[in-house]
Amino acid sequence: MTQPFPFSAIVGQDDMKRAMILTAVDPTIGGVLVFGDRGTGKSTAVRALAALLPPIKAVKGCPYNSEDLHECPDPEILEDTKIVEKPTPVVDLPLGVTEDRVVGALDIEQALTQGKKQFEPGLLARAHRGYLYIDEVNLLEDHVVDLLLDVAVSGENVVEREGLSIRHAAKFVLVGSGNPEEGELRPQLLDRFGLSVEVTSPEDIKTRIEVIRRRDAYETDNKAFMRRWRGEDTKLRKRILTGRERLASVKADGSILEECAKLCIALGSDGLRGELTLLRAARALAAFEGADAVTRDHLRLVAPSALSHRLRRDPLDEAGSTTRVKRAVEEVLA
Amino acid sequence: MTSAPTAWDRARLALSLLAIDPDGLGGIWMRARAGVSRDRFVAALASAFPKTDIHRLHPAISDDQLFGGVDLTATLDAGQTVMSRGILNDDGSVLLLTMAERSEEDFAAKICHALDRRSQIVIALDEGLEEEAVPGRLSSRLAFHIDFDGLTHRDCLAFEVDADALEIAQRNLARIAIPAEMITDTTTVAARLGIADPRAALFTLRAARALTALKRGDVITNETLADVMQFVLGPRAMQWPEAAEEPETQADQQPQEETETESNLPENEILPLQDVYLDTIAASLPADVLDRLKSRQQTAGRATGSGAGEKRKGNRRGRPKPSRRGRLGSAARVDLVATLRAAAPWQKMRRDAPFAPDKAVHVRASDIRLKQFEDHSDRLLIFVVDASGSAALARLAEAKGAIELLLAEAYARRDHVALIAFRGESADLMLPPTRSLVQTKRRLASLPGGGGTPLAAGLEAALSLAASTKSKGLTPTIALLTDGRANIALDGNANRTEAVEDAQKMAQLIRAKQTPALVIDTGMRPTASLKDLAQDLDATYLPLPRADAHRVSQAVEAVLE
Repeated sequence: MTQPFPFSAIVGQDDMKRAMILTAVDPTIGGVLVFGDRGTGKSTAVRALAALLPPIKAVKGCPYNSEDLHECPDPEILEDTKIVEKPTPVVDLPLGVTEDRVVGALDIEQALTQGKKQFEPGLLARAHRGYLYIDEVNLLEDHVVDLLLDVAVSGENVVEREGLSIRHAAKFVLVGSGNPEEGELRPQLLDRFGLSVEVTSPEDIKTRIEVIRRRDAYETDNKAFMRRWRGEDTKLRKRILTGRERLASVKADGSILEECAKLCIALGSDGLRGELTLLRAARALAAFEGADAVTRDHLRLVAPSALSHRLRRDPLDEAGSTTRVKRAVEEVLA
Repeated sequence: MTSAPTAWDRARLALSLLAIDPDGLGGIWMRARAGVSRDRFVAALASAFPKTDIHRLHPAISDDQLFGGVDLTATLDAGQTVMSRGILNDDGSVLLLTMAERSEEDFAAKICHALDRRSQIVIALDEGLEEEAVPGRLSSRLAFHIDFDGLTHRDCLAFEVDADALEIAQRNLARIAIPAEMITDTTTVAARLGIADPRAALFTLRAARALTALKRGDVITNETLADVMQFVLGPRAMQWPEAAEEPETQADQQPQEETETESNLPENEILPLQDVYLDTIAASLPADVLDRLKSRQQTAGRATGSGAGEKRKGNRRGRPKPSRRGRLGSAARVDLVATLRAAAPWQKMRRDAPFAPDKAVHVRASDIRLKQFEDHSDRLLIFVVDASGSAALARLAEAKGAIELLLAEAYARRDHVALIAFRGESADLMLPPTRSLVQTKRRLASLPGGGGTPLAAGLEAALSLAASTKSKGLTPTIALLTDGRANIALDGNANRTEAVEDAQKMAQLIRAKQTPALVIDTGMRPTASLKDLAQDLDATYLPLPRADAHRVSQAVEAVLE
């Protein structure tokens, strides 16, 4: 299998790339939802981002990606206690997946052949400390999406069934993608994604040509292409890592909080999740850019992706919610 | 190729190109009925891919077979773990998708993932009629779209791919570079044909390279590119290219993007060549292409519309059907009684068989019976009734009569009914979706009349109700009863022009959501504006003055079918 397409080589789609970088800086922002046409680089970006991030240290062979032995909920199954480096996990959640595969279940194989009750960790365990990617999240069954969002928010997976009782950490960034023409996501679910971005096929010919050119170079002359972009990717990785360290020290004073609240009130977004996410995203952006404090410019940049999916739908407004948010931003942050 | 290449020639060429560059081209989507020509093509696959396995997949294949895992029945029998190897783990093999038009979205997504890993190639055999089609995500990842429609078996002689030629071509492939201006040309042509997916342009370039390698050339010629465009871009065309527009937009973009101007050819030299390409593609398109393009867009829309509602295939709920033979899988429920019944006659024989394990009941994989349920999506008839002064005075009573008739029929069909009334400044949901005939009648009788006609508000309420019920698995149909004199705009202002405009926009939105509708004109005379509205809705228009109750119900029946 070849290396994923380099993140920095993705042409355009700045909103999507920014949103993904922000979740890498501050995973508590809580997931990204990417809605858009086919062939706009949604899945490419997710895989590229994970490849960009530094490897994680984990106990060898631990299906829960535990950082050290104490964390592993089921140390008996480990054959080796060495700490090894693993690439940041990206787990694909296939459509039509059952609840058992997601949360984990009784290991039928063990139960049948040895009569042992053994928990078989699911996809949530494998995604711990990494990314869980759901293509076509709008086609996934609602109860599975509910479950995923619950775990994504609490960071812990609890299984109580079939005489098993197990809890393990499952902290991951949820990335959902979908094509709105194929079905919409319930508003309750929309609200629980931290950021949302809309991607469209590039309209102008120049950009499209550049897309094709890079993709072709990636496929035909992979080595040279990867070498060409390695430097950029490394730079980006360093910025993300510094951003993570700086995150706690970035200040947000009272006036910024006030702006957040004003913006949300002006847009009539329900609940307080909007304000919180907006603030977190702005802070992550400030940290990523090396600023000491959150400014209005940061708010302005992240507001569309943090708020556009929290608005009540106005069917007559053809401009779409992103434009509405931008309009409100102009008014409030004028 | 002296005469115009037939679909069969294209299929042969596509197969060779695919064998030369399997990673870059993904596969072939073939629309063909089962028959001699298709069988001959499938037979030729083995000659194109002599070293790899060809797996036949059907859309109902279980995850165990796709991804591998513990083979449960074999494990039970053997008393030790038996693992099965998934088809998708067999790197480099060919996946032959039979009945690809029946693929569910989730199955297609799994196959697409395999394609994205560049580990396997896919030949999708599509026997679909108009309304069924391979999911777009899958077909967009396959380079060649070929339609065998109209081919007789005489056109299709059995063939074998020349393996030596392929090998030479494969070796030469890496040496052939794709020139930058061809990337520009291909992308531009694709854009002018309305193809949004960048994969199409990529496939064209890769196919052109493979064709050059096959012809033992060193440089991709313009003729080769034009040939390939014909059959990679041609079938994907979404619009007829309009030549006049493009140069202007390009000129507009020029000043903004000084940083990215890399093309080393002046624009006006490229354009004629692109026009040549477009002409070639145009020549290859069949005469009725515009109709086809149109019907394709419609089918696409319909297919998405059914995604949420109508086609609700539950295997856990609904009316039970006879259980059928099947394999254990995560999504299926075993019908225990039927399984035991199927196993019963064999018990003695199996127990007496040599080396039979000592078990009370001997169940084999072939005994497994799965439960099946059929879950019909319920239909919902949303009545949007004008209760304004103008309508109330004129014909509200008659409108109520027509609704009652429809209600009775809806009841007979076990449809759900909802009632929205609009009057004054807004629309109210008088009755949420229900099956209760009595309740509906009572609400209808007490329906007050008077005030303005906020038609847009009524349609908005219908639209949101249709959307929310669709997600619950109902199939909504909107029946609008009004005299069409909209005079209240969506914001509550009494402005006739605005009111009409708002209603129009709302109607277009409803049509965009693919919700079937019916407009019944309750005015004294048929209203022209309402006819236009019906057109915006893509709805049947029915003036009540000339329609008796019987005709109304016939019209509704026709819309619902």
